[in-house]
This record gives sequence, C-alpha cells and structure tokens, in this order.
Amino acid sequence: MDLRYSPEEERFRHELREWLGQVLPTLPAKPAADDWPARRSYDTAWQRLLHEAGYAGINWPTDYGGRGATPTEHLIFLEESERAGAPYVGVNFVGLLHAGPTLIAEGTDEQRARHLPPILRGDEVWCQGFSEPGAGSDLASLRTRAVRDGEDYVVTGHKLWTSYATVADYCELLVRTDADAPKHKGITWLILAMDTPGLDVRPLKTVLGSSEFSEVYFDDVRIPVGNRVGEENDGWRVTMVTLSFERGTAWVDQIVDSARLVDDLVTIAKKVTRHGGAAWDDRGLRRDVGHLAAEFDALWALTKRGVSEASATGVPGVSASVLKLRYTEARQRLMDLGARVLDRAGLSRTDIGGLAGGEFTEERINSLSYTIAAGTSQIQRNIVGERILGLPRER
Amino acid sequence: MDFLPTADQLELQRGVRSLLDARFPLERLAAVAAAEPRQTAGYDETLWQALTETGVFALRTDLELGLAEAALVFEELGRAVVPGPLVGTFLSASRGAGAVTVLETQALPLLVAHLDVADAVLLFDESEVRWATGVVGETVASPLDPLTPLTEVAEVPAGRVIATGGAATRMRLEGAVLTAALQVGLATRLTELAVDYAKTREQFGRPIGSFQAVKHLCADMFVRTELARVAVHAAAVTLDDPTAEGAERAGSGAKLLADEAAVTNGRSAVQVHGGMGFTWEVPVHFLLKRAWVHATEFGTADDHAEDLALLL
Repeated sequence: MDLRYSPEEERFRHELREWLGQVLPTLPAKPAADDWPARRSYDTAWQRLLHEAGYAGINWPTDYGGRGATPTEHLIFLEESERAGAPYVGVNFVGLLHAGPTLIAEGTDEQRARHLPPILRGDEVWCQGFSEPGAGSDLASLRTRAVRDGEDYVVTGHKLWTSYATVADYCELLVRTDADAPKHKGITWLILAMDTPGLDVRPLKTVLGSSEFSEVYFDDVRIPVGNRVGEENDGWRVTMVTLSFERGTAWVDQIVDSARLVDDLVTIAKKVTRHGGAAWDDRGLRRDVGHLAAEFDALWALTKRGVSEASATGVPGVSASVLKLRYTEARQRLMDLGARVLDRAGLSRTDIGGLAGGEFTEERINSLSYTIAAGTSQIQRNIVGERILGLPRER
Repeated sequence: MDFLPTADQLELQRGVRSLLDARFPLERLAAVAAAEPRQTAGYDETLWQALTETGVFALRTDLELGLAEAALVFEELGRAVVPGPLVGTFLSASRGAGAVTVLETQALPLLVAHLDVADAVLLFDESEVRWATGVVGETVASPLDPLTPLTEVAEVPAGRVIATGGAATRMRLEGAVLTAALQVGLATRLTELAVDYAKTREQFGRPIGSFQAVKHLCADMFVRTELARVAVHAAAVTLDDPTAEGAERAGSGAKLLADEAAVTNGRSAVQVHGGMGFTWEVPVHFLLKRAWVHATEFGTADDHAEDLALLL
C-alpha cells in the first residue's frame, strides 16, 4: 500500500502542469451555459489543443492515436486538469469515452480509420442514443426498431436523454433488430450520421432550465448496414465491452472539485453572520462539514485503490460501484450543506449578497441527476447485492 | 502509486485470519462471555499467548513492519471479535510489559477496560501520555459489552510521562487508527453474517436476500465498510510516511467513518436477522456491543468530525 508517485509519474505531472500553466491563460472566455453551438466550438477547440500537445485520448491505445497512458497517469491528468481549472471534456464526452473506445474494441478497420482520428482532433462530436421513454434502468427493453431493407436498416422510434444531440455529428445508436429474441439478444449497435433524413431532434428542457439533452424521433431513418458495429443482434455485448474501458477514473475531477467546494464552504461559513456570530461558530455545522470532508478524502483514497487495481488487473474491481453510490450521495449532501450555510443567499443561481454561493445553488439542482444517471442508486445497490455479495435476484 | 496491499501484506493478513478462525471462532464468544470471574471475562490467556508469539503486538518493534501492516492485522482481530486490551498492548510493545490497557482521562466517567488482566495502564491526557501501574477501582457490575469488563477509577492515577507534544499526539492518532481498523473488521464480519443469513433464511417462499429492501441494506453495509477500509489504510500509510502531510486529518476521517460503519452495520445486521437478531444465541449482538465500545475510544465520531473541520 503505497500512495507515493514514482519519479516517472511525478515527471508526467510536472510536464502537464507546465503545459496547463502556459495554455490555459490563452483560452477565450467560457460560452454561455445554454449556447450549444458556442459550447461545441469551445470544447472542440480545447480538444484540438490537447491533441497538438499529445494529451488527446489519454487512455486510448497508441495504435489508435491515443497516448496509451497508464491508469495512474490518467488519474494525474484528470486531477491536474481539474486543479488548474482546465475545460471539461464537454461535448467530446461520448466520442472520447464511449463511442471511440467501442470502435477500438469492436469496430472494423474502416470504421476506426473513418472516425477515431477526427474524434481525437475534436473534429467530430458524438452523442448517445441509448435510453428511451420506456427503457431507462431497464435499457435492454428498448424498442426503437430497425428493419433490414437491402443495404440499409430502416429505423423507427424514439430516443430520450440524448446528450449534445443538437450539436453532434454522429450518434451511437442502439436499436431492436429482433423483436422475438430475448431482450438482450435482439439489439444492434449502429453508427448514425446526425444529418440523415427522417431525424427530428427536439431539445429537452431539464430542471436546470437548459437543454444538454434532447429527444430524438426516428421516422424511417435509413442507416447503411456498413455502419453496424459488431454483428446484428450482438449490440448488447458490444455495449458491455465498452464499459470495461473504465479504469477507476470516472469521478476523479468531481472528487477533486468537491474537496475544493468543501474549502470554499468553510470560507463562506466564516464570513456569513448567523445569530450574532459566524455560521462557522455552530458546532453542529462544523461536525457536518468535517464528516463530509472525511467522506471525500475517503472517496479519493478509494479512487486510488481502484486505479491501482486497474493497473494490476485491467479493471477497477469493486470500487467502481462503491464510488458511484457514495460519491453521488455525498455530492448531494455537500450542496445541501452549502444551502444551509448560504440560507437566503442560496436562493440565487448567481452570486448574491457578496457570497460565492451561486455555484452551490446551481449544483444543488444539477446534482439531483447524479443518483439517477448511468444507473440509479437503486440499480447500483442491486448490482452490489447480486454481483458482489452474491445475493439472489428478485425474480 | 500502488495502493493495493502487497503480496506480503496479504499473506500476513491471511495468516492472522486462519489463526483466529481456528483458535477463536465466533461460536466461542458466548462461552467466553459466561466465564467467571467477570472481571477477566473476555480475556483468553491461550489466545493472547498465541497472538503474542505470532508477533501481532510486536509488528513494529520486532518485525520492522509499519502501521499499515498493523492496520491489516487489527482488521482481522476486529473481524474475529477478539477481546482484550489490544490497542494499548500494541502501543506499548517496546516497553517489555504484557497486556497494557488504556485510560483516556478526558472522557468521564473514568473507565478502564480489562484492568484485571493488564500489567499497566497508558494514561492519555490532553497533551501527554503517562505510564501507570497498580491502578485500582470498582468493577462495573453490568458492562454493555460482556466481553469488555470495565473498572471505574475514582481519580486520574499518577504515572510516569512517556510522551509529550508531537509524540503524544502521534500515539493518540495511532490508537485512533488501530481502533478504526478493529471497527472495519467488525463491519466486515457483520456484513458477512447478514449476507449469509439473507441467502439462507426463507420467508414467503424465497430467500430474504432476494427482496430489494433486504438486499439494499446489505449493499449499504458493504459500501460503508469498503469506504472505511480505504480511509483506515490511507491513514495508516500516511502515518508510516514521515514526509507525508495530513496524518491528523486522515486519522480523524478514518476513525469517524469506521465508527459509523461498525455501528450502523451492527444495527443493519440485527435488522436483517429479524427476531433471531434479538437473541443472545446469534452472535451479532456481541459485534454491535463491541462496536459501541470502540466508538467511545480514542475520540468519538463527533470529536473527530469537529477536529477535522478545524483542520480545513
């Protein structure tokens, strides 16, 4: 059990830090939260800078243009980027973390050559067409239908929670190609060009009032058979293969960010007046903050445990589910604690009353999604109970 | 950076586990609890001898290992619910005494566990640690944990100062981390007991562990334990590294998360066992009672939460 970094890892960190120090001051101002074309430009411009500096596809194999970094280097990359305030992966998320790795694992040489270099360069943005109105936690029950017609699949149906759909060039699409087979055996993975006729993309307004997600309606959309990844009806396995790319780094930037927010919260609590003293004079509040800080420290240690395990075995082991469950709930508690300190100043999504509280309020709303997205906490507990503890399934 | 236990560390841990599985199975707890006289209940001379010979208390002094290894071993001692003044004896390994217990003078009333079997008492004051012998007091008639006999001491005994300042702080922190490791061991065993029961106990024609209400209790037990475990490991590794910063913060975090894991898992394990969980026969209560005892040792979760907050 060693938490110290090797000289090579420290050198990697040092070089990255120097580069971030040079490049970040040259970035333009961040675009407005709901200006998606501007956000696409901003995020893809950042991706081009990463590409030029050799940091694009940090964890992708070098054979496919990535950096081939170790899980620990990936951890350092995300940690340093967050500490330096670098832009997030943003609209490049699906391409870099999901569709790209899927093509690496399951695509044809032609599909890889066509899509991987532009994803790395920030020239191609992807979205994800998995969830449907009737297929959330039970994703495999999806019903968007694809019928073979000559050299095309003809797709009809309705996707939901398609992130960045309004600005994406391509979509990783799961469709039902065999309605009679068991639900996991009749799904196919397709590459969809977002300018294909018959698509109707309708932005979905979330509780934030913004539209990072869309609904996508399919009306006889023709997708060439050559855009299929993997075999017909083998799409569920293809999707699961992608998940195995996770190396324990999924929450690194957010845990680093949460530690900073805990410190910010203390600063605000020392400044805010309550009952004639500072809010920080309240022992109950201090204990709750101390408790939460302990939890984020432990989540950071757990991240290092998972990354170490991924380095040794290729997968992060049990820490992935533990992290997802505890991080998402801790993050929500952090925002509630922020609201407790801010009191009425927490009623504004931008800073008011001379307090840096807008961030807490915004994230208080946003973090509602954390225990739902990518597997609800309830589904995560089923996974822990059944796959890790070996408890019997309900049915 | 490689935060996984090494092969040697895992082997050490496995060795202690197999010794304890053979010498101190959970089925023995009820018998040990019933042993007379009550003042020495919980202390198993033969087991203590075996642990001493294995080097459990002398990991640092004789085997040149660190607190990281000690934490892994103490997890096993907790998992087996081994009674006795484990932490005090470990912290006193270099002093040539046998069993050594602990008295925290800031916590009232003044209670010492296992005083009748201890050669000496480590007195933890606000700023120093002292060494006392010949401490006497009144036996608590009905202690919460039948395997942790308690003596109430009327006054803080005198004693010889053995650590002050940073050394005393460090000793207290080591005590907190080792106690936290015991709690992680208890939390681990409680999860195992609950999961095993949930797999075999049937109601409404199926194992109760298939019901999500029960499954999720078990999942939370596991998650809580793993989070506390890495917190304890991180604290131990930090304390072992003289160049590392943040040992106090890590130690406080470890103790509070481990207390929470052990105590909450104790309640959940009773709940999963249903009516049987309220019987003396099912050993779950011994683990919960021990967790309640440890939760008062080397700082409560509340103390550590506040200490940690003041370090922010």
